[in-house]
Amino acid sequence: MDGMHDLGGKQGFGPVRYALNAPAFHADWEVRANSLYAYAVRLGIFNMDEYRHAIERMEPRHYLTASYYERSLTSLLTLCVEKGVVPREELERRAQGAIPLATPSAPGRTNVPAREHFKVGDRVRVRSDYVPGHVRMPGYIRGKTGVVVSESPAYPFPDAHAHGVEAQDEPTFDVRFRSEDLWPNSSDAALVHVAVFQSYLERAG
Amino acid sequence: MTTNLATDSSVLQRSASMPQRVDAIQSALDERGMHATEGVEELSHLALDEWVPRNGARVVARAWIDPAFRERLLANGRAAVTELGIPMPKHHRHLVVLENTPTVQNVICCTLCSCTAFTVIGLPPDWYKDLEYRARVVRESRTVLKEMGLDLAPEVEIRVWDTTADTRYMVLPAQPPETIGWPEEKLVDIVTRDSMIGVARL
Ligand SMILES: [Fe+3]
Repeated sequence: MDGMHDLGGKQGFGPVRYALNAPAFHADWEVRANSLYAYAVRLGIFNMDEYRHAIERMEPRHYLTASYYERSLTSLLTLCVEKGVVPREELERRAQGAIPLATPSAPGRTNVPAREHFKVGDRVRVRSDYVPGHVRMPGYIRGKTGVVVSESPAYPFPDAHAHGVEAQDEPTFDVRFRSEDLWPNSSDAALVHVAVFQSYLERAG
Repeated sequence: MTTNLATDSSVLQRSASMPQRVDAIQSALDERGMHATEGVEELSHLALDEWVPRNGARVVARAWIDPAFRERLLANGRAAVTELGIPMPKHHRHLVVLENTPTVQNVICCTLCSCTAFTVIGLPPDWYKDLEYRARVVRESRTVLKEMGLDLAPEVEIRVWDTTADTRYMVLPAQPPETIGWPEEKLVDIVTRDSMIGVARL
């Protein structure tokens, strides 16, 4: 989905609020929220792709104003409700207040047919796919051409794995793009590498 | 005349605080026999005490003093960190180690969420997860690095790595020349998390 989470290349943001040795956590509830979602994954209540997608499905205003660990927690709570582990009413009664959850999921998809295998040095183009459900292709590479620089072992296909759809595992390819190709005349010169699933790619001439 | 603005009682209900939401799910899972409190204790210990930047610092220091290890690390990062007893979660199936040189600066990010090789380089800091870094570092890398205190010479090539799959990345910073010949333990102490993300040089 072309959601609010897909931030790469969005303009208008201010300086990074950088601090040397910034901590990962600020409060006990953040540590527990982080541990609880990881524990739920370990228990098999949901997988990492379902977890990420439930964050992406947060209503955009909620997504942008929530802290990182509020997003984790919202995903955990949404998935526990959707999977029937705990009813929303019970959570809100226990929490003594309203709990905003993510919006419902659209259908997933399985692997693209006739996927090609690429090798290092191949020129590839990112397919111009528009996917209503979960997808790990950042919008800034859609339709763009780059060069494969490395290959990873096969992973569950996120577009299927986040939706309980059957699919084959796929390798990912680290694809090198030139920032000038991604944002012509509108970026700092750099080589930008993105880990791209096989289904998102086609051979470029 | 009175106007009934709030016909839906939920409009008036206040939002639960974050600690209340955490308590709610933890107690609900506990009551169902799922042992969430024990799970939280174990995973919190790992997050706070075991998955720390010092793991990555040990990897970097070893790579600096042992050329054969460095070669193995660059060829297969996951196998090489395992040699040092550093774990990676099952779903991180591959660790790609990116070597900085005087003319190449690698920097990692995750524009879609905030993925890192957290068992190796530690859980990510606030700024790495913030909207600003995620939106800007892929498009305005040199400007962002400069704002963060890393003013690179024009001849330094910037290579950004967006962690969009479950392959993980870490930066192998260049060894400061004045530390050549130091003992391994002393080298471990100078390696920072931010140098392994690639927003700082040592
Ligand atoms: Fe991420």
